[in-house]
Amino acid sequence: MAELTASAGSGVPHIREHYMDLIRRKRMYGGLTLAIFTLLMVSGFVLADSRNAGGFWDGILNVFDFPHQVLSEAWEKIDLLPAHLVHFFPALIETINIAAVSTLIGAMLGLVLSLLSTRGLARFPRLIPLFRRSMDIMRAIPEIVIALVLIFVLGGGPVPAMIAIALHTTGALGKLFSEVNENASLKPVEGLQSVGATWFQRMWLGVIPQVAPNYLSYALLRFEINIRASAILGFVGAGGIGYELKNAMSWGQGKFDEAAAIFILLFGAIVLFDQLSSYYRHRLTSGGAA
Amino acid sequence: MLLRVENVTKMFGQKAAVDNATFNVEKSAMIGIIGRSGAGKSTFLRMMNRLTDASSGEIKFDGHNILDLKGGDKRAWQSDCAMIFQQFNLVPRMDVVSNVLHGTLNRRSTLATMFNLFPQDDIHRAIDILDRLGIAEQAPKRAEALSGGQQQRVAIARALMQDPKIILADEPIASLDPMNAQVVMDALRRIHEEDGRMVIANLHTLDTARRYCDRVIGMRDGRIVFDGTPDQLTTGAARDIYGADASFSEEATSTSIETLDTAEYVTA
Repeated sequence: MAELTASAGSGVPHIREHYMDLIRRKRMYGGLTLAIFTLLMVSGFVLADSRNAGGFWDGILNVFDFPHQVLSEAWEKIDLLPAHLVHFFPALIETINIAAVSTLIGAMLGLVLSLLSTRGLARFPRLIPLFRRSMDIMRAIPEIVIALVLIFVLGGGPVPAMIAIALHTTGALGKLFSEVNENASLKPVEGLQSVGATWFQRMWLGVIPQVAPNYLSYALLRFEINIRASAILGFVGAGGIGYELKNAMSWGQGKFDEAAAIFILLFGAIVLFDQLSSYYRHRLTSGGAA
Repeated sequence: MLLRVENVTKMFGQKAAVDNATFNVEKSAMIGIIGRSGAGKSTFLRMMNRLTDASSGEIKFDGHNILDLKGGDKRAWQSDCAMIFQQFNLVPRMDVVSNVLHGTLNRRSTLATMFNLFPQDDIHRAIDILDRLGIAEQAPKRAEALSGGQQQRVAIARALMQDPKIILADEPIASLDPMNAQVVMDALRRIHEEDGRMVIANLHTLDTARRYCDRVIGMRDGRIVFDGTPDQLTTGAARDIYGADASFSEEATSTSIETLDTAEYVTA
């Protein structure tokens, strides 16, 4: 009770003044930041527009011309659409296969790298920076660059695309996994260490069971992204549905009906896997119970 | 009749968490609800604040059924019916005064909230309330930097900032040590006596309920099994509420310092 009544009123005006000063300063900084941000955005847009070759405001009006032509051409040959869908389906499977294999390989490599680069868990604490930088590099190089180099070396086909996506996935998932590892409790690891378990045993029994749901959730998210990536890599000759799309999409060949069929397949597949993975991710993160 | 609770029921699947609860409150009072974990105490308070929807029944405050309210009316009721939580439920990374000012959010626009623009009068009032609870010196600190007892007093200050008609406290002292528990309970009692606000508190410990409340309601398995003054709450009645046998002793689980003293005195 003493604490409740003892505080004299004399301190309050001082505290008020002090706090108002604090608020005024915070508001001033906030206002300044907002003003600078607005200024930068406006000037940036103006500059970008002035450097734009065709002019943003002229081009924006023509933005629907291309879809319009594709759609009208596809509409004329609508009767061919089912045949096209059947024809291009194997290419879609190839694309999804590339994504699945590369996600699997990337996740496994990422798991190992993430454990090696998490403070408190690492097998060789001194080498943490090495593993971290190697993941940074894998993440930093775009898939399309790796794929182009590998296609040059190995020739076109799904294998270069698979390697390229797997490398990128390793770097990306390794980073996400190691963030998950940092939040894992070290108590079970310590418990296993106290009974004389090896590093591998500690990781396998002490860490993996804790982090597996989050790992899986991130891997599913990555699988979605990789389907899109593997479709895009088809454009540079890595096979799959992207390659077919590139052939059909060129102007003036009259193959826009094929392009429309490929779009439908690709769009359908991406929506399907999006929904599937978000359903399973939701189940994993909300405790697993259906 | 100030508050009339009629046949309030909450079902979770097949199980009734609160089963046909009925009681009346004539005029402002400090009411303690006791019962073991899972008896439905928290669920009942959460239904009063409309954090949880009731399955059936009516809660009438000043003649209005507050379980029917929707949208803006519901939020206006929540602003009139402050809630204090066991784990304080403050925003940890914001300063103490901002946390207290959150009590006025029902009257603030989204834009003012986004830029943290609160009127100077409100800021001064927030600091006055903190001073009343003895923690004005903590005003500019982050809420997470405070001790549990101080955080709970910030939560009470947020409740007072709402200028509520009722204060609901869900096990307000269950996470606190005995000393801080007393400070927090004293503060709640003082708010009831000085401001005349109704306080309904879920309590874990019988001696706290006896010492601070004008009326005690006992719940067991979702039903109200006891409703009376602290004097009527005998050890026998307590055993019924908690479903305990003859080995049940109040002193064994008591957290009040006085009880500890007497216990030591007896054994010494």
